[in-house]
Amino acid sequence: MPDSLAVKLSPRDPLASVEGIIDGLAGVGYIASRRIATALFMATHLRKPVLVEGVAGVGKTELALCAAALLGLPLIRMQCYEGLDESKALYEWKYGKQLLYTQILKDHMGAALTDAPDMATAMERLHGTGDLFFSEPFLEPRPLLNALRAPGGAVLLIDEIDKSDEAFEAFLLEMLSAFQISIPEIGVIKATTPPVVFLTSNNVRDLGDALKRRCLHLHIPLPDQALEEKIVAARVPGVESRLRAELVRFVQSLRTLDLRKLPSISETVDWARALILLHAAALDVELVRETLNVLLKFEADIVAVEPRIGELLARDA
Amino acid sequence: MEPMQHTLEGFLRALRAREVRVSPAEAIDAHRAAAEVGYADRGLLKDALCVTLAKSADEVDRFDACFDAFFARTAPPIAKTLAGGGETAAPRGSPVLAGQLLTGDEAALAAAMETAAARVGAGDIRLTSQRNLLTRRMLDDMGLRELEAMIQALRVSGAPRDETLAERLAERRAALFVQAAAYMERQSRLYASESGRRMRDALLAQQRLTAVEPEDFRAMEALVRRMARRLATRYARKRHRAHKGKLDIRKTIRRSMGHGGIPFEVAWKTETLHKPKIAVLCDVSRSVAAAAQFLLLFLYSLNEVVERLDAFAFSDRLAGVNDLLDDETVDDAIPLVLARVGFRPTDYGRSLADFVDAQGPRLDRRTTVIVLGDGRSNYADPRLDLMRAINDRARALIWLNPEPESYWGQGDSKMDAYRRFCTVAKTCNTLAQLERIIEDVLRTYQPR
Repeated sequence: MPDSLAVKLSPRDPLASVEGIIDGLAGVGYIASRRIATALFMATHLRKPVLVEGVAGVGKTELALCAAALLGLPLIRMQCYEGLDESKALYEWKYGKQLLYTQILKDHMGAALTDAPDMATAMERLHGTGDLFFSEPFLEPRPLLNALRAPGGAVLLIDEIDKSDEAFEAFLLEMLSAFQISIPEIGVIKATTPPVVFLTSNNVRDLGDALKRRCLHLHIPLPDQALEEKIVAARVPGVESRLRAELVRFVQSLRTLDLRKLPSISETVDWARALILLHAAALDVELVRETLNVLLKFEADIVAVEPRIGELLARDA
Repeated sequence: MEPMQHTLEGFLRALRAREVRVSPAEAIDAHRAAAEVGYADRGLLKDALCVTLAKSADEVDRFDACFDAFFARTAPPIAKTLAGGGETAAPRGSPVLAGQLLTGDEAALAAAMETAAARVGAGDIRLTSQRNLLTRRMLDDMGLRELEAMIQALRVSGAPRDETLAERLAERRAALFVQAAAYMERQSRLYASESGRRMRDALLAQQRLTAVEPEDFRAMEALVRRMARRLATRYARKRHRAHKGKLDIRKTIRRSMGHGGIPFEVAWKTETLHKPKIAVLCDVSRSVAAAAQFLLLFLYSLNEVVERLDAFAFSDRLAGVNDLLDDETVDDAIPLVLARVGFRPTDYGRSLADFVDAQGPRLDRRTTVIVLGDGRSNYADPRLDLMRAINDRARALIWLNPEPESYWGQGDSKMDAYRRFCTVAKTCNTLAQLERIIEDVLRTYQPR
C-alpha cells in the first residue's frame, strides 16, 4: 500500500482490525454489525468507494457521518437529485471574474501591442503573454473537487446516487476508480490523498454495472432484536433496559406485518425518544396507539395496525 | 498461498454459476481482499469477500449460500466409512488405486479424485442429469477398470488369501463409489443449479403458450414478471430522455437579431411527451383458455408498467378489468377476471360493440389498441364496421393471435377479415414474441 493511510496505521489505530472499527464506531455512537465494519475496513485498505444500500432510515448516511468522525476527517456531502450536473457537483468557472480578467487583459495588451510594427509581431507578443483565462484561480470548486483537493483526505458522501441521472453516474466513474477528474481546459486533477467515498442508494432505479463494479457493496438489512437494542441504547441513553427490550420487540413484530413502509431504525430511535418525553415506563395499548404515528408514516398502515396493537403486545410478552 | 488462490478461483467459478456476476476486475479485488484479511478467520473472509463481490441484496443472499456450500466439510473419509477398517499392504504390481484403497490413504485418494475431476471437467457440470455420467468418468480416470480387473483376477485365482483381499477391495470400492457420488453431488450443487434454471427459462420463453405443462406454470409466471420489469426499466429510461430540452440554435440566433447579435434570449427545443395510452382487449374464452392465464399475467404486469392502460377482458361480453388489476394481487386478480368474463363462448362482434360503448369517446390518435385473441367468433356477426371505426380513430391497432397464420380464416376464424383493419397482425404464441411486440409498441410512443 503506497498510500499515506498505510503509514498512519499503527496497532492502536482503529483501522488496523475489524474489531477496532467496531469499537471505534461504537465510540462515536454507531453500532455496526461485523459486515458493516468489514466494509469500512476493506474500503480504507483497498481504497475503493462503498456503495451502501438499504431501506430508508436504516443508517446509511449515518454510517458516513460516523466514519468521518472516527477517521477524524472532514465530511464533504453531496446530495444527488434529478438534473444534478458537473457544474454543480464538480466545478464551475467564475464567470464574473473571468470577464473582469479579459477587460484587464485588453487594456494591458492594448498598451503592449500599440508599438508593434506589424501584425505578426503583435500576434507573437499576444501568444507570449500567459493566458490565465482557464486556470485554477478561476475555478469555483464544488463538492467532488473539494474532496479531491482536501489536504489530509476527506470522507465524501454521495447521497442517494440513485436519484441522479444516468449521465451523471457515468461521469462519476473516473472519479471513483482513479480518484481523479479531467477538466478539459486544465487537465487531470488527481487527489493528493484519496478520499473515503460512500455512495448511498435507496434503489429508486437500478444502478449501472460499471458503477457497481467500481464499488464495494454493502447492504444494510433491518437489524435483529439484539443489535437494535444496542443501537437504541447508544442513541437514546435514557431508556431503561426493560422498556428498551419491550419497544424493540414491538417494532420487530411490526416488521413481520405486511405494511407499505416498515419502520426502520430511525423510527425506532424516534419512538424511543418520544416515549422518554412521555415518561413512559412500560408499553400499553393506549400509549402505543397515541404514538403510533412516530413509527408508521402512512395512514393506511396506521389503520391496519391500530386494531392489532393489543394482540401484538401480547404476542411479544 | 498457491493452493488457497486456487481454491478462491474455484469459489469464484461457483459464484458465477449462481449468477453472481464476477468480472476479472472483481476477481482481482477478491484476491486483494483475501490477501488483506488472510484465510485464518472464516467469518472475516466471508464478510470481506461479500463486500467485494456481491453487488445487490439479492446477490448477498446467493453469496452467503454459496460460501457456506463451497467451504462446507466434504464427505466423510473413506477409511472411516468402512467397518473394521485397517491397513493392508497391497500385493506387488497392483494398480495405484488398489494400493491407496488398501492402505486407506485418504489424502492421496482425495488428491487423485480432485485431479480426475479436473480432467473430466467436473467443474463444467451444467445439468444435474450429467452427474452420474461424470462420476463414472471420474472413477474411470482414477483407474477403476484396472481395479475391477484386479478384483476379478483375485476371485478367479481361488486362493483363500486372494479371496479375502478381493472381498476387502470390493468393500472399499463401494465406499469409493459413495464418496465419488457425494463429491459430484456437491459439484453439481455448486455449479449446475443456476445454469440449469437459466437453460430452462430460455426454453420456456420459446415454448408455445398453449402448450405449457402445468408443472412449469410457476416458472413461467416468474418469467413473465421478469420480462415486464425489464420492459418497465427500459421504458422508464426512454421517457426520461424525452424530458430534457436541447438548445434551439436557429431560434436563438433569430431572436438575437434584436439585440445586436448577442444571444440574449435563449430558446430551447422542447419535446412534447406523449404519454402512452394503451387499450388492451384480452380474449379469455374457452378457445384460448390455455393461453389466457399468461395473457392476463402479462396484462397485469403491463398495467404496472404503463401509466394509462385500459384493460378489458372478454368472451361473450366485454368488461373493464382495471379495478381488479389495480387493487388485487396478481394471484387474486387473474381468477377474479376469469370469474367475471372468462371461459364462455366468444362473441367478437358484441365484445367490440361493448368496447366502443365503453371506450368510444376516449379513443383518439394517441391510443394504441392491442387485441390478444384468436379471432374465432363462433359464427356470430364479426362487426367488421366497428373494427374499421376503431382502426380509423386509434393510432394503431395491433392484433396478437396465438394461432399460427395458416389457421387464420379457417373454420369460425374471422382473422383474415379482421387483419385488414389492423396496423399489425401477428402470430404470438411464445413469451419471447410477446415481449418483442410489446416493446415495439412502447417504443413507438417516443417523440421523434
